[in-house]
Amino acid sequence: MSDIDKDDVTGVDTTGHTWDGIKELNNPLPRWWLWCFYLTIIWGVGYTIAYPAWPLLNSATAGMLGYSTRAEVAAEIQRFEDQNAGLTSALAEVDLTTLADNADLNRFATAAGASVFRNNCSQCHGSGAAGAVGYPNLLDDDWLWGGTMEAIVHTVEHGIRNETGDDPRYSEMPAFGEILEPEEIDQVVEYALSLSGADHDAALAGPGAVVFEDNCASCHGEAGMGDIEQGAPNLTDAIWLYGGDRETVHETVVHSRFGVMPPWSDKLSKAEINAVSAYVHQLGGGE
Amino acid sequence: MNYLKLIILGAIALLAALAASWGRDLAYQVHAIIILAVAAGMFIWVLRGTDEPAVQVDTNGYMDSVIRYGAIATCFWGVVGFLVGVVIAFQLAFPVLNLEWAQPYANFGRLRPLHTSAVIFAFGGNALLMSSFYIVQRTCGVRLWGGNLAWFVFWGYNLFIILAATGYLLGSTQSKEYAEPEWYIDLWLTIVWVAFLAVYMGTLFTRKEKHIYVANWFLLSFIVTVAMLHIVNNISIPVSIWGSKSVQVFAGVQDAMTQWWYGHNAVGFFLTAGFLGMMYYFVPKQAGRPVFSYKLSIIHFWALVFLYIWAGPHHLHYTALPDWASTLGMVFSVILWMPSWGGMINGLMTLQGAWDKLRTDPIIRMMVVSLAFYGMSTFEGPMMSIKAVNSLSHYTDWTIGHVHSGALGWNGMITFSALYFLTPKLWGRKEMYSMSAINWHFWLATIGIVLYAASMWVTGIMEGLMWREVDAQGFLVNSFADTVTAKFPMYVVRGLGGVLFLAGALIMAWNMWMTIRGGEKVTAPVGVPAE
Repeated sequence: MSDIDKDDVTGVDTTGHTWDGIKELNNPLPRWWLWCFYLTIIWGVGYTIAYPAWPLLNSATAGMLGYSTRAEVAAEIQRFEDQNAGLTSALAEVDLTTLADNADLNRFATAAGASVFRNNCSQCHGSGAAGAVGYPNLLDDDWLWGGTMEAIVHTVEHGIRNETGDDPRYSEMPAFGEILEPEEIDQVVEYALSLSGADHDAALAGPGAVVFEDNCASCHGEAGMGDIEQGAPNLTDAIWLYGGDRETVHETVVHSRFGVMPPWSDKLSKAEINAVSAYVHQLGGGE
Repeated sequence: MNYLKLIILGAIALLAALAASWGRDLAYQVHAIIILAVAAGMFIWVLRGTDEPAVQVDTNGYMDSVIRYGAIATCFWGVVGFLVGVVIAFQLAFPVLNLEWAQPYANFGRLRPLHTSAVIFAFGGNALLMSSFYIVQRTCGVRLWGGNLAWFVFWGYNLFIILAATGYLLGSTQSKEYAEPEWYIDLWLTIVWVAFLAVYMGTLFTRKEKHIYVANWFLLSFIVTVAMLHIVNNISIPVSIWGSKSVQVFAGVQDAMTQWWYGHNAVGFFLTAGFLGMMYYFVPKQAGRPVFSYKLSIIHFWALVFLYIWAGPHHLHYTALPDWASTLGMVFSVILWMPSWGGMINGLMTLQGAWDKLRTDPIIRMMVVSLAFYGMSTFEGPMMSIKAVNSLSHYTDWTIGHVHSGALGWNGMITFSALYFLTPKLWGRKEMYSMSAINWHFWLATIGIVLYAASMWVTGIMEGLMWREVDAQGFLVNSFADTVTAKFPMYVVRGLGGVLFLAGALIMAWNMWMTIRGGEKVTAPVGVPAE
């Protein structure tokens, strides 16, 4: 402990304390600092009067401005809903096959559909709708469950193979690993490859045709052209949902596949479903 | 006494062996084996020392050996934490770096808490432990209270870090940010922390100085508040005592509010109050100047500790949190601005009369940059807590940038300068082995931080604007994946900033190593209390 002395550099008194050689100057609080501190306190008091702030026993002060974050969001949504009310209700009721005749509504539907797609569908089908392994490409004209406007609307509303929707599209390919002998599987895989003209072992594909006829043709068709009623893919084109190499096709035959799409009718409005269906339809492959 | 120790250690080893065989999940079993190994190792060590003549420890001087270990641990964990940070930064830029063969252990989700805990609790925590032990002895003029208890605190805390880190990699987490460790690790930390508090308070009570120095106010508030935060936020019920999983007692928005009351004050009391304690000792010592204003230190200390504790709700704007709580969190955050700046003013103005040292002393330069980043992030924080700003910044990379300008700039730089101050003193050397290496470290770290913060401002504000962008009819313009794609270049810049920061820390590690092993001894490595 030492007594109060003057700092040589600044000429300010010290407080007289010393710790391990550290002293303290007796400078006052910087004025600008103090005033800024007071200002923020005054602002804070004013803000808590204007906005919901102080907790009471069963509720809290509501603030003089009557503000609430939920009301603010609701108002903003309402503003757009009011602005679009005419178009939205027209979109909910329109016969989608005649949409092209109404230029204004068509433009609105495509813009709305693109937005709905980006925020609900792109996670699986991709931002550009080109799909991914296990998620169909929506740009081509190959449709598992049909590419008419009506079929697309139905798929969006009810989804595929889900347990939450009302009457989803449903079909189930058996896991043939439990049904066929391994050599039969090898044969039918070669035959499936041959259908789209891929490289294959003709010696195996020959007997494979018989296996196909007995086990696969009921859904995929005699010629392997698929069946939209059952969502059975066309095997003669070179479009593959899970991959068309030998190994992947083998895996598909042995274990089967079970792609799921959620039903959107409980999440999207009728207008939004129409919009996204119209959007998907006009991407290129709509029938 | 030794027999008592042997009984306790033996019992712990036995229990750990049981836990290892009955454990229901891998993380728990691995932890039981680690504890078994530690307890068995100590058992043998104590046994070998039993009935041997006791080694005389000179208890006249300051207790600096534990601080030497702390300095090395700080440096080591710093390098580890920064390295993991660089890895996960590049994982975000190049997802393929979530290497297939290293799954499920080394994916972003598990490495991210490893990074945050390594830098905050391992690097920052060891820095706080060792500097608080150093500062409290010097400013009280007495040896650490409690004998070997300080060693228990050091090793116990680092055992906590090992358990936490291995737990994350093995998938054990209670999913609370910065409070991820499961129940038994939380219990262990509580024991260690109470011991820390006892050592600290004991030293304060036995002090030879009449007044308590300002650094000690901050360090004590850090220790006391962290104890409270840790206990309340970790109230949970284990599913089984033989497994790591536990269930939180709070639920829903109450749980969220408790978590962010904790989370924000981990920033407030761990990374701000604790490091201000370091600042209040090392800056005046290195500058050789008196603290600028005693009055300012009193007012800003009490204002800071009073206001910080209420600011947590600003992490939950526009959520299920009621509006009133949100408002209060924001108001207290804004009022906190000036009390936070009090520390910056007191630190920078302490250099009054020593500004010329900026040209010659890279350690002072680090301190100044540290205080500048402290000032910047304590302005940015209140600003981001304002609801209108938060509606843009929340959930974006802006928050990540904000945290890192504070963590790399303020916490990192003040810790580096403390290590450069302490290393020669603790090992009795005249100065650091290489001053130009410190200079290199300074520039690498500063440029690294600037790259980091600037790239995160750009991506943060960009993605915030992209998320809210609607067209004339109110439809959202961008998908989430669009914003991820748009951020890619800035993610690479951020990773490069991290590489620079890590390179600086490696230079520091080399410099410390060379200082410790070489150079002439100029003073006795153990300090003696001043009269």
